Amino acid sequence: MKILLNNREEEFMKESLSVNDFLLLNKFSFKMRIIKINGTLISKDNYDNTFIHNGDNVQMIYLMSGG
Amino acid sequence: MRFSEISAHLSKFRVGIAGAGGLGSNCAVALARSGVGTLVISDFDVIEELNLNRQYYFNDQIGLMKTVALKENIARINPEVHVIIHQKKLDSSNISEIFSGCNIIVEALDSAAMKGMLIETVQIKMPGIPLVVGSGMAGWGRTNDLTSRKIDDTLYVCGDENSEVSDSLPAVATRVGIVANMQANIVIEYLMNII
Repeated sequence: MKILLNNREEEFMKESLSVNDFLLLNKFSFKMRIIKINGTLISKDNYDNTFIHNGDNVQMIYLMSGG
Repeated sequence: MRFSEISAHLSKFRVGIAGAGGLGSNCAVALARSGVGTLVISDFDVIEELNLNRQYYFNDQIGLMKTVALKENIARINPEVHVIIHQKKLDSSNISEIFSGCNIIVEALDSAAMKGMLIETVQIKMPGIPLVVGSGMAGWGRTNDLTSRKIDDTLYVCGDENSEVSDSLPAVATRVGIVANMQANIVIEYLMNII
């Protein structure tokens, strides 16, 4: 599948991926992040049962302490 | 457009500011100087001496509630601004009530977990209300790593999204001030586009 990740095109071997698998596969190590798929915020409780499909627009924000 | 026209336009709006530390105090002051009509500021902390290295408070305000001191400082800068303060720790049950009626909200909290909670709550419980997040501003220098980006119509992020504040890489006035003003700048841009 091909997706847009933070406005950049990325290609994956799988047809679809759960958000959790997607994070593991990409070795995204930041503990706190916000993920939106096609404009919808995915809450952490749903990372296992929400899937990313071909053509999806995935936006990720990394949250750093400090303010 | 003359400044008087800009401030007259901004005076019609209400902006929420979640947190009155380095980001929130500096962002609030920039918005007050610009003439935003109403600021809703929430924080539950007291000013400590350490805070004065970056937050918009004065030495003789140590020990005061940040919300109370910030309201006073804004009144001294621009008494036209209506400042509503909430001395509360934000959680998913009180956010939509505290910031109800705000045209846009600034995330100015300290911990990454609290930032996440605020973003989730505003995005889910206040659909359509834009949120301007600050993430990654630790240390000094690296000015050009600080960016502001629009995720979509309801979410903006300012900062480097990479540097975490810690004992060995503390928050310093310069970078925090840049990000706070980037957030204020997005708020002004957003409000100026409302006809």
